[in-house]
Formats: sequence, C-alpha cells, structure tokens
Amino acid sequence: MADLSVRIGALTLRNPVMPASGCFAVEYAEALDLRRLGALVVKSVSPNARAGNPTPRVAETASGMLNSIGIPSKGLDVYRRDVLPAYTRFDTPVVVSVSADTAESFAQACETLSLPEVAAIEANISCPNLEADGMAFAMLPESTYKAVSAIRRRTSHPLWVKLTPNAGQIAQIARAAEDAGADAIVMGNTVLGMAIDVRTRKPKLGNVMGGLSGPAIKPLAVRLVHQCHRAVRIPIIGCGGIETADDALEFMLAGASAVQVGTASFRDPAVMGHIVDGLAAYCNVHAIDRISTLTGAVALDAQLTDRWLRFAQQSG
Amino acid sequence: MSVTSPTSNIVTRPPASAPAQACDAPPAHDRLAPSPGCETTAPSVATHRCRVLAHHAVNARYRYLRLQADAPVAVTTHPGQFYQLKCPVTGSEAPFLLRPMSVYGTGPEPDTIEFLYNVTGVGTRALATLAEGATLDIVGPLGNTFTLDTRWKRVMVVARGVGLATMAPLVQRAAAAGLRLTVVMSARSEADLMRDEFLRSPQARALADVHCVFDSDGSSAVDALAPRLRALLDATPHDAVYTCGSHRLLMLLQRVLESHPHVVGEVAMEQRMACGMGVCLSCVRLFDCNGDKQFLRVCREGPVFPIRDVVGEVDFG
Repeated sequence: MADLSVRIGALTLRNPVMPASGCFAVEYAEALDLRRLGALVVKSVSPNARAGNPTPRVAETASGMLNSIGIPSKGLDVYRRDVLPAYTRFDTPVVVSVSADTAESFAQACETLSLPEVAAIEANISCPNLEADGMAFAMLPESTYKAVSAIRRRTSHPLWVKLTPNAGQIAQIARAAEDAGADAIVMGNTVLGMAIDVRTRKPKLGNVMGGLSGPAIKPLAVRLVHQCHRAVRIPIIGCGGIETADDALEFMLAGASAVQVGTASFRDPAVMGHIVDGLAAYCNVHAIDRISTLTGAVALDAQLTDRWLRFAQQSG
Repeated sequence: MSVTSPTSNIVTRPPASAPAQACDAPPAHDRLAPSPGCETTAPSVATHRCRVLAHHAVNARYRYLRLQADAPVAVTTHPGQFYQLKCPVTGSEAPFLLRPMSVYGTGPEPDTIEFLYNVTGVGTRALATLAEGATLDIVGPLGNTFTLDTRWKRVMVVARGVGLATMAPLVQRAAAAGLRLTVVMSARSEADLMRDEFLRSPQARALADVHCVFDSDGSSAVDALAPRLRALLDATPHDAVYTCGSHRLLMLLQRVLESHPHVVGEVAMEQRMACGMGVCLSCVRLFDCNGDKQFLRVCREGPVFPIRDVVGEVDFG
C-alpha cells in the first residue's frame, strides 16, 4: 500500500484530496466518509453578513457550469458558533476559507479565525477588493502582496492563498504571495464567464456574470499550476475541473502537492472517495511508494523547457 | 410503503442530518426520529445504478419512466422527495449537471421507482432517448416530505403541470389511509389533463371529488378559480391543502388560506439547482419565517414548504 500522505508546509495530510471551498458542506457526510479526505475546506466566510446574489445562481455550460452564488454569510461569530463545530468532529484537518473586501478586514477576519480547531486558513483573495474599485486582490502582484502580508502579520496559522485564473502574470502574483509569507498557494478558482439565453435574450445568471468551473477549465488550471510551480518554492494545491484520479495526478505532475475537488461533487457526491481509491490504485500499478514524489514530475524535454520559459516570460 | 411512527400519525421525515427546517414545519417531536450524528451514519444518499424497465410517452407533453434500482429505494423514498438524474449524453445533447426530478411513484417491488416528466430542455430531451434495458444513474433520495396526518378526514390537492407527478405519491398515501380528497386539476386543455395518471389507484378514484379547470375555456384563470376554491373550502372542512408546480396557483392558495387559518398548507417548490444536497446554495428561495425574511434551500429545507411562508416577490436590493 503506497503512502498517500502529503505535506503542505507544517501540515501533513493523510492524502492529497480535499474539497474546494464553496463546493463542500457537511451534508456530504451523508454520501461520503469525511474521515477519508486529506482536509475539509469549508465554504468561504466573510466578516460582513450578506444574502448572496439573485437567482438563478447556476447555469450549465459545455463540460462545466457557471455560478454566481455570491458568498452568503452571517458573519464570523455565527460561523464559529453554528458552522465550524459541524466540521471539526471528523478527525480530518479543517481549513477555513476567508473572503473580505479590504486588506485590513481580511487580516482581522483571519486573526479571529486563528482558532485551535482550525488547521489552516485559506485566504480567498480572488474576491473583489473595495479599495481597488472591486478588482480582485489576486489580479495584481502589488495587491496580492498587500493583502497577504496584512494577514501574515496577524496570524501564525498555516496560511494558504487562493489565486484567481482571471489574472495574467500568474508567476509574479504567486511570487508576491510567497514573498508576503503565504505557506501554500491554491491555484485556482472559477474563471469569469457569462451565458445568454437566446430565446429570452436574458443572461442565464441573475447576477449576469459568474464563475466557470468543471472540466471545461481543467487545461487552463493545469497550466497555471505548472507556472506557479516554476515560480515558487511553497507547496501548490491544484484546483479546476478535477473529476477523476487521473485528473488529480495530472495536477500533481504539473506541480501540485495536493488537489481540491469542486464541481465534480455536484455530479457525484461520493466522487472524492473514488479519487482517493484511484490514487492508491495508480500507485500500486506503477510501484510508487510515496505519492508525494509525483509532485512536479512531469517529463519535460530540457531544451524545449528553456524555449518554453522564454516564451512564458515574453507573454507574461 | 407506509412509514408511520409508532408514537405519531404524522408521516413525514426530516433530512438525515439537516439542522435547519422550514420555519413553520411541524416541531421536531412530531417527526420521525432523525438518524444519529452523521459522523457515525452510513451513507444515506447514494448513486444508484438503475435499469430502465419501461419508458414511454403518456401524451404529447409527458413521458413515463420506470426504473429498477440496485437498492430498495421504494422503502427509503417518501412523498415529495426527489432524485438527481444523470441524463445521458447523446449525439445532440450534452447535459452536464444532474437533473432534479420528483418521484412519481415507488414499488410494488422494493427496488422500483417511477418518474413522470415533461420534455423541456437539454436534460429531459437526452433522457427521452433512453431505451428500455438501458442504464441510468440516480442520486438520492433527497429533500423532505409532505406532512400528512392519517387521522385527518379530508385534504385538498391542487395540481397543475408536472407538479402532478410530485403529488401523486401523496395522493396514494392519503387514499391508503382512507382520507377523502378534493382534487383540483388545472391544465392547458383536456388533452393535457392526466386524471388517471394522477389518481392511479381505484381507492384514490373512489375517495376523490375531482374538479378540472382549463386554460382553453378560461376556467383555470385566477379570477375564475379563486371563488371556486373558496366555495370548496367553505362547503366541507379540510385539514390540509397541497400544491406544486405553478407560482400563480401557489399565490392564489396563499390568499385563499388567509380565511382558513387552521388548514395546513404545503407546497413543493421548484428551483434551478446544482448539487441537490444543500451544498451549492444555488436553489434558494425567500421565505417569511415568523416575520424574519430568510433564504432557504429548496433542495434541503424543502422541496416542501408551508404555503403561508413563501414570499412571492423577491427584491435583492
């Protein structure tokens, strides 16, 4: 039996499979043994209470879906009292995902949630930054550095920083997060998209635009993970369209130390268990003792790699 | 498939581990005992591999699907609950998300389950191509159930469109318990009406006082239907009124029930959803919970809600 455990900074996970924030809630315990997962990542909480976006909040696309849920939240106190306890009873590390609209509010929220029962904090800096007219923090290296260093000053908890695939210059943004003290990078999130019903001429989402997820974005996410892997030394948690063990392996070979599974759970609530089984089977078939040795193990031709690097630098 | 608590005649079941429930739902002691803490519970929601036993058109709009599952789903499924169907990918249709579909019937074998659906979009068009003998994955059972007290005397069921499928199991259960039924069926025209499909059993047909209204002759219009519903409720005492499938009918019943405060009113709601299990928060609708406006998940706190709690017009500000 292969060793499926992986290290994310100071944290050791029993295997590299965990849910993506927003695509997970404790209700999945009805379909899946949550003690089999590497970690439990709870849906993002924001310090300010909000109702979320208008319906319809979801629309189907080719090999994926668009969503505009809008991070409904009842604030940090309700979150700690009513939400967290449901997740901390499974003997699986719990990661809280935090979203906020200013660097200061981010730092404050992460400090408040630096609780003993919380194993790591995932800062979702893909959310709109009110100090930059709503542009996400992770769109630019400067605002990424500002937000992450503000958080870092206020918590000694393991800090994962979730970047957005909507940004260019992803290597520079990942480096900014590392320089500001992130312990890991989560790459990435949904890709901004839009769909229109040609019969009614109305947008298919109540909020007009939303995030595209599912297999449709997987190649894009694999590329971003690989670019980050080349740019930073801290671990990367890959995310985007993972449905099978092979998908997870692809992200690990590209440079991920662990993976998050999102939309696939909506199609099969037990899918994360199948992915864990599939990783163990792959290791057995290929005589791999430790799955962590696969991280970044994509077979690249050295000359081509140099050429690719020059191209990547030119195109950002 | 009668499941009755030994201490109560209320046949309803809360979701296995949901802390929340519809705000005016019966208090916990009236419901069947919930399962123990979910960290020790075996999976109660599963993907079932099914074989298509029968699949055919009922009329120009609706299709009937009968499945044989790999588990005794007829025993664990309750009126009002739904499944998520993994519709096949065909040459022209590629549904990505699963499709929520309420259960039309279960049994008589413990592993058979029936659906009645309207072909409207990508998912149901693809589903309609399934041949008998083919396989289909379904996830469930999901959601809560209607409240029904077998000690009651008479209930009213107001059905339109595919809402009929959702309430058919409720009608069967009420009839099996000997309750009298006032059935109001609304359809575009006589050809769309599925009276036999709705009442199904001889018992239900014997106990039902059926009233049909149509768009074609104007009798289904709110102005015409309102006085008729009021007259029916005034003429005979009713214990509960149920509906599903039409926002217009729901709003009409909410107004009509104002003058019948002791009558239980329940609606099975519909909403676009992704996960079906209360995770994605896409299927919320607005409810008035004792003066407090709240978004509740149709898939989880519902799909059955008190008619009186539904907020008709939603303003997101």
